[in-house]
Amino acid sequence: MPSDVLIRVENLHRYYGDLCAVRALSFELRKGEVLGFLGPNGAGKTTAMQVISGNLAPSAGRVWIGGVDLLDEPRRAKAQLGYLPEQPPLYREFTVDEYLAFCARIHGVPRRDVVAAVARARARCGLEAVGARLIGNLSKGYQQRVGIAQAIIHTPAVVILDEPTVGLDPIQILEIRALIRSLGEAHSVIVSTHILPEVQAVCNRVLMIHRGERVLYGSLEEVTRDAGEHGVTAAFRRPPPEEEIGALPGVAGVEALGDGRFRIRPAAGADPREALVEHAVARGWGLYELAAERASLERLFVELAYRDARPDMEAGDPVPTEAA
Amino acid sequence: MIRTLALRELRSLFLSPLAWAILAVVVFLLAWLFLAQVEYFQRIQPQLVAIPNAPGLTAIVVAPMLGDAAIILMLVTPLLTMRLIADERRNRTLPLLLSSPASMTEIVLGKYLGLMLFFLVLLALIALMPLSLLMGGGLDFGTLAAGFLGLALLLAAYGAAGLFMSALTRQPTVAAISTFGLLLLLWVIDWSGNARPGMSGVFAYLSLLQHYSSLLKGMFDTKDVIYYLLFILTFLVLSVRRLDADRLQH
Repeated sequence: MPSDVLIRVENLHRYYGDLCAVRALSFELRKGEVLGFLGPNGAGKTTAMQVISGNLAPSAGRVWIGGVDLLDEPRRAKAQLGYLPEQPPLYREFTVDEYLAFCARIHGVPRRDVVAAVARARARCGLEAVGARLIGNLSKGYQQRVGIAQAIIHTPAVVILDEPTVGLDPIQILEIRALIRSLGEAHSVIVSTHILPEVQAVCNRVLMIHRGERVLYGSLEEVTRDAGEHGVTAAFRRPPPEEEIGALPGVAGVEALGDGRFRIRPAAGADPREALVEHAVARGWGLYELAAERASLERLFVELAYRDARPDMEAGDPVPTEAA
Repeated sequence: MIRTLALRELRSLFLSPLAWAILAVVVFLLAWLFLAQVEYFQRIQPQLVAIPNAPGLTAIVVAPMLGDAAIILMLVTPLLTMRLIADERRNRTLPLLLSSPASMTEIVLGKYLGLMLFFLVLLALIALMPLSLLMGGGLDFGTLAAGFLGLALLLAAYGAAGLFMSALTRQPTVAAISTFGLLLLLWVIDWSGNARPGMSGVFAYLSLLQHYSSLLKGMFDTKDVIYYLLFILTFLVLSVRRLDADRLQH
């Protein structure tokens, strides 16, 4: 195993009675990668994270944290792990500083380094002003930050955050995202969420599961590149007939959207935008808008959920599966 | 690791008003009973002089007080132990401990020792009462030591049983009532022993009271000490197993 693989999950299964919450999940995460863990509600995200963080025993499969088997040597594996559950595990009667010092100690930070570790975690999570306040009196956003500070206080190799931006205001969300990005530089981070723009904002890898099974896995570029053809939409003041656009080089199909707008499907490997602009100028079509459609994760997500809801949908639909 | 967990437990106890309330109530009640006992001793003192080999201050004042303390603490311990694990479950703070490098055994021992430290404070406060008698009289330190050892072991046993009950549920109140039920049952279990010949030995052995009362009389028997140690060990092991089962839940 290459030494920079910090998390390796192999063939992970988890059953609750007859219900299979996670089925045959495998993935790897290297140093410096932020993995966006996606899936609709009830897909098994939280279960998978609980298994990886050692809170639940897997029914089958193995997990390595920093090259150490989580089941064989839990103590060594867990020392490299920081975990923020869905609900931050806070002792409300403690002050922020006391709580963080306790977290540092149980995660094996030596006594003489505790004060420095607390100060560092506080600074990274923007908690300087509230160090002496009781956790129970803090707002939800601050409590969430204390939860994140708890997960990174011992500078673990792997940080697992289960829906870290739930319940925060937009500014706090931006701050937390910036924090996750900066964590991604030195640690491996798994972030579960069902907010798709968040994945595009902070992650460089994506893992999507549905009903416990992996349906999509790869780097963000791979996933969005393979997400189907990139259409082009164009809008004209004086729209030409459809056939005239269809005759341009690199155009495979045209679809009129009304109001002088067209959706243009490019031929494989071609980009018709340049030719389109030249012709539009030469022939006076009055082009005022030209945009390349990027397949967003959102479309993928909806397609996956949709495919499931309508199993009769043809297999030929542009639904990407294993990108990796 | 265990120490960190134990100190946190103790701190949490003292950060809540419950611990202070319990200390105050227990000490007040015991002081009342203690004074009543001292008064009784003063009244019968003239008659005691006449009796050869009469029971002393320790037997008349301290032993009954420790006997009362055992009952009062049986009522109070469930309130202290109920939140140990059930509360962490309810507040969802258990993942913090479970994802840390601490093992299940360390988590359970840490919580247990935290509770024991609280009981130590309580015992020290109770011990001040008989020791105050030294101002006006003499004490039998052997009997006193055996009595306090008995109370300490009894409290440790209460605590272990309470910890296990707390590990079974996420409702602290359920943990409290079950603990109380279990302790009371073990207190009176030998009362039914007389009904069937042959069984009385087993029931008498299981009784928390039997072993305590012999220590109160100043009789130090390793058999009694071993009974308490086995009792504690059993419930601690069961607690560890119960928490482990949480991870394996199907």
